[in-house]
Amino acid sequence: MNNLELEKKLDLYRGMRTIRECEERLVRSHQRGLIPGPCHTYIGQEAVAVGVCACLRNDDVIFSTHRGHGHAIAKGLHPRELMAEVFGRATGCSGGRGGSMHLFAPEVGLMGTSGIVGPSILQATGAGYSFKVLKTDQVSVAFFGDGAVNNGAFHEGLNMATIWNLPVLFVCENNQFATEVPFHYSSGNPSVAARGAAYGLPGVEVDGNDVLAVYEVAGEAIQRARSGEGPTLIECKTYRTRPHAEGMDDYSYRTREEVDEWKSRDPILRLREILVADNESMKENLGAMDTEVKALIDEAEKFAEESPYPDPLTAEDHVFSANSRKIDHA
Amino acid sequence: MREITFMQATLEALSEEMAKNPKIFVMGEGIGKRGGNFNTTKGLFDLYGPDRLCDTPICERGFVGLAAGAAMTGTRPVIDFMFADFILDAAGEIINQIAKIQYMSGGRLKAPVLLRGCIGIGHSAGTHHSGSYYPMYAHFPGLRVVVPSNAYDAKGLLKQSLNSNDPVLFLEHKSLLTKKCPVPEEEFLIPFGKARIVQKGADVTVVALAMMVHQTLEVCKQLEGEGVSVELIDPRTVAPMDIETILDSVHKTGRLLIVDETFAPCGIGAEIAAQVNDRGFDDLDAPIRRLNGAHSPTPYSPPLEAAVVPQPDRIAQEIRDLMAE
Ligand SMILES: Cc1ncc(C[n+]2csc(CCOP(=O)(O)OP(=O)(O)O)c2C)c(N)n1
Ligand SMILES: [Mg+2]
Repeated sequence: MNNLELEKKLDLYRGMRTIRECEERLVRSHQRGLIPGPCHTYIGQEAVAVGVCACLRNDDVIFSTHRGHGHAIAKGLHPRELMAEVFGRATGCSGGRGGSMHLFAPEVGLMGTSGIVGPSILQATGAGYSFKVLKTDQVSVAFFGDGAVNNGAFHEGLNMATIWNLPVLFVCENNQFATEVPFHYSSGNPSVAARGAAYGLPGVEVDGNDVLAVYEVAGEAIQRARSGEGPTLIECKTYRTRPHAEGMDDYSYRTREEVDEWKSRDPILRLREILVADNESMKENLGAMDTEVKALIDEAEKFAEESPYPDPLTAEDHVFSANSRKIDHA
Repeated sequence: MREITFMQATLEALSEEMAKNPKIFVMGEGIGKRGGNFNTTKGLFDLYGPDRLCDTPICERGFVGLAAGAAMTGTRPVIDFMFADFILDAAGEIINQIAKIQYMSGGRLKAPVLLRGCIGIGHSAGTHHSGSYYPMYAHFPGLRVVVPSNAYDAKGLLKQSLNSNDPVLFLEHKSLLTKKCPVPEEEFLIPFGKARIVQKGADVTVVALAMMVHQTLEVCKQLEGEGVSVELIDPRTVAPMDIETILDSVHKTGRLLIVDETFAPCGIGAEIAAQVNDRGFDDLDAPIRRLNGAHSPTPYSPPLEAAVVPQPDRIAQEIRDLMAE
């Protein structure tokens, strides 16, 4: 994978940096009381969203989870629209009706993040079914955590995608905890990838903190899906280095040492090391890129903070399709 | 005009819309070659093929969740549940996802999913095959809930459902499926939220849905002979509920009875009564009455089963009592 062209590697770096910068800013915003609701950050897992989404076209679609900021940005949502949404502003990607866990931007293929664990698996399967009916070559991706694999949605979704040979990627981010519950407690089988065999689809395990490895594995699976060869289950072994959600206790169920150990496997640092090892002068390029990303997020944050709140009179808009309430009574 | 059954009417509606719109597909158990347990898709497999008439494994939650994702990405799924009782296995996908997608996406996504299934007590189906559930679904914002009582309404409302951008629960009473009525061959749609005045009358307003429309009609003649003129209203959709038509009727009659096969607590009758109280209190000459199915699971044995459903004689008595108030 090291022979991937430099341009692409830099894109992956920029993608991960953008998410990290945005998330770190959201952490501070949360501490400053600017975020009215819950906030699950993606810090430490950036390689998964970025590695997978880098292989997708704009018209491919993704479905994500409560920890969805990274997927949203990686698929092309502008950080401004993300931050404004999390701040509850009218300019957010869901107009302030969604919040951190309900991000939507169909124009870039972000078909939604979800406050309920599980449905992303089924909805991605449904998008795959749409593409079959519409006879397009689009691909659909479900992102979900290790917590979702013990939910019935996993069983039903993987089985349906397999029997109908749908163009779907099931990307499990095994960060080893569902809130505070370790995966080894909640699963009789320590491997998620191995479960693929039970449903008759390929299951692949990959180092989820190695963006180049994720990119390669996802690329192959997407190629397979696009050419009609069906779904793939990918287990990305990773770790979140922030608490489950901002403001939550973090060391009642894991140790500082364990978290620090994983911080040393940080996906951004790892790619940086590879890039610099290839070429010492890369340090400067990356430094410049970091500055650009910081400016982008500065601007996004300013945009979000300065954006108006939605008009309370619009609170009931969009329950039904445009004006249908009135039309129906006409 | 030709007469067709409720079942034929919905089949026609579905087939016509599928011919027009290649984005419609149907999913369910036994709805492919078999044509559906209640013949809801009979013959369609040969016309539209396996991708658009897709037999599913027995995973209700799974294929409803799938329908959400499909609807969000440009197709129009019809989920055929056979029995509406099975919809409960998918409740989270409907209430938390499908019903909320438009709203939580700020109107950027639509979820035009049609969920259909048979409802109603009868034929000793037992309690896992007899529920109606529509008051529960009507409780949630974002869902249309349709409960037709005859073939004509079923056809017009099914066509409306397949042209609506909102998710729809379309619930078909088992005892009505083979009932015939005149249905024109020409295209027609019936908007949601428009009640039908089944019979005009002057003394008392009765609101009834599905099978209860027929049970009430049975006693109207007899009551007419006793000098009681009943105005019978079928709301046809419980969400939205056409409260205006009910208010207009109560304005005329001053008396209101809601006959409903489903449970009384937090039900359709309670909702209608509350709204009429709010907006039509001055028109009322007597307290609003409700007659509901018993608040119990549905028993199997015929005499027990009959005892939990409002029967015509009970309805007649209830109307007489209300007239005596
Ligand atoms: C159906 C459902 N049950 C419970 C919850 C509460 N909850 C939110 S996140 C979470 C843990 C999810 O763990 P995992 O899937 O591994 O994702 P991670 O948070 O690790 O990214 C739980 C239990 C929920 N949102 N939805
Ligand atoms: Mg987890």
